[in-house]
Amino acid sequence: MTASPESLVVHELKVSFGGFVAVDGVSFDASPGEVRFLIGPNGAGKTTCIDAITGLSKASGSVMLGDTEVLGRPVHRIARLGIGRTFQTASVFDELSVLQNLDIAAGIHRTALSLLRGRRGVPESVEEALEEVGLVDQRAQSAGSLSHGQKQWLEIGMLLVQNPKALLLDEPVAGMSHDERTATGELLQRIAARRITLVVEHDMDFMRRFATRVTVLHQGRVLSEGAVSDVQNDPRVQEVYLGSAVETES
Amino acid sequence: MSATGLTPLLSRLRPRSADAVKGVPSTASAVIGIAAFAVALLVLAPLLLTQFEITRLGKFVCFAIVAVGIGIAWGRGGMLSLGQGIFFGLGAYTMAMHMKLADASLDGGDGVPDFMKLYGDGTVPWWWEPLRSEAFTIAAIVLLPALVAFILGFAVFTRRVKGAYFAILSQALVAAFVVLIIGSQATTGGFNGISNFRTWFGFVLADPANKRMLYFIAAGTLLVMLLIAFLLMRSRYGELLVATRDAEERVRFLGYNPALTKTAAFVVAAAMAGIAGALFVPLVGIISPQDIGVVPSIGFLIGVAVGGRSSLFGPALGAIAISWAESSLSSSFPDIWTYFQGLLLVLVVALLPGGLASLPALLRRRRRHPSTASELEVTAA
Repeated sequence: MTASPESLVVHELKVSFGGFVAVDGVSFDASPGEVRFLIGPNGAGKTTCIDAITGLSKASGSVMLGDTEVLGRPVHRIARLGIGRTFQTASVFDELSVLQNLDIAAGIHRTALSLLRGRRGVPESVEEALEEVGLVDQRAQSAGSLSHGQKQWLEIGMLLVQNPKALLLDEPVAGMSHDERTATGELLQRIAARRITLVVEHDMDFMRRFATRVTVLHQGRVLSEGAVSDVQNDPRVQEVYLGSAVETES
Repeated sequence: MSATGLTPLLSRLRPRSADAVKGVPSTASAVIGIAAFAVALLVLAPLLLTQFEITRLGKFVCFAIVAVGIGIAWGRGGMLSLGQGIFFGLGAYTMAMHMKLADASLDGGDGVPDFMKLYGDGTVPWWWEPLRSEAFTIAAIVLLPALVAFILGFAVFTRRVKGAYFAILSQALVAAFVVLIIGSQATTGGFNGISNFRTWFGFVLADPANKRMLYFIAAGTLLVMLLIAFLLMRSRYGELLVATRDAEERVRFLGYNPALTKTAAFVVAAAMAGIAGALFVPLVGIISPQDIGVVPSIGFLIGVAVGGRSSLFGPALGAIAISWAESSLSSSFPDIWTYFQGLLLVLVVALLPGGLASLPALLRRRRRHPSTASELEVTAA
């Protein structure tokens, strides 16, 4: 385990709802320069891990971003530390334009007084994000009128304008076409060069194409960890993950 | 009332720019709209209406000021408050107490309001004393409702109370507020409220010219509130407020504290209601628990819903129109009016959630896609 100063290090994370233990002592780490995947069958605790890291679910254990303990802070403080997340169903502000969506995201460091003024011009970070996620032509469109894939990209763009240290993406390619998946994967690889990028995914093909390092969760515990080929060749993964996946699919 | 015809007119003037937040008019149409309000209220109404009707319109203008605030909190911020009577009442009672104290000191009086001698021991309670000052009174009219709304709003929104739960909580609070006032007759006038005012900041209220001046002050205040509402809607804060209304969790995960955003809108709405209450007292000549309780608090909402809660002019126009209809119809059909009011609210919320302000856009869409919107024609008729 290499923990550079800007890594996200999750140690013995435990989340329980009532008596049910959803995440039971999960440890992993993620650093800039790798597209980090978290996979596992339904109910493995992948999304719960992200919920815990971003403050949505109460958890015990430790989540360190560099030298800072993340757990125990309110959601908006964790976001301000530089941990951004997306949701399974893209949540954007439907009634606002693409530009306004990004502008609001870019505004967390604005003073309260400057909020009272209207928007004039487009901030540079917003312009860059528009290009990065490929929504330049849709900038004036209302976010509600975007396609499903474009909404996911807008949500990623909203994180990028905040210049976060870590992006946690919850099933970013669910419901996307093949071309959209490829574009998303390439976008993630570009983002991952400079930022911690942690992807929760169901899609094994997408994982094979774009993952650098993978952690497999099963029933709230880490089952296997390593490069894509290591994980795929792990007999426990084949038995538990692929086996159960095949059964549930058919 | 000529103003009721303005909403469709104004919406037609509004350009359909994709960069504008839904419901926010362009600067040009906002200016035209406010100017139309100014002409209707400051020029046409005084020319066409009798003194009695002018004073009555002044009362409706006060309700319209409350409505502008509700438009911000409910329409833009999604906070359905059934308790705006609290803030209206705080402003109104503050003003009434000051006027009572000033009247009692006239002509070498002993400075003790008449009802206190009647129901109490003839001494003025300590918390009335600061209200002898005119400056303190004016500040308190704005700041007291704002402060109460801040404490209340921040506590409630931090605990993520919203929707129907917030509505019920606010209604319970206004009910408790009324009980508190009725229970302390010696210091608040109790059930009878506070009335029999002679002067307002030195102006004799019996003088028709002063009544007229009060109307102009109320109408001018409404124009200023509309301008403030427009600037807020158009600002980055206004966009953030709409974003918080539509996707609170997303806003939270972007690093904002939604409780603060919502509290700010709630505070603005409360301050507007307080100012409206303070103008209501000299115009109407009485403030009592019946003017601020559960029923009037719901009444404030009906005009806003009918006019269009998230539009700039809808709430004020709706409030004036509904109050006008109420005062004309309720005298002819006193039994039916309440049912009609309830029915109207249900119909609007169920069939036309955007209120009358959303009609032009709906009709435009219908003209383009006649099949999809045919059922909405029923609403329009």
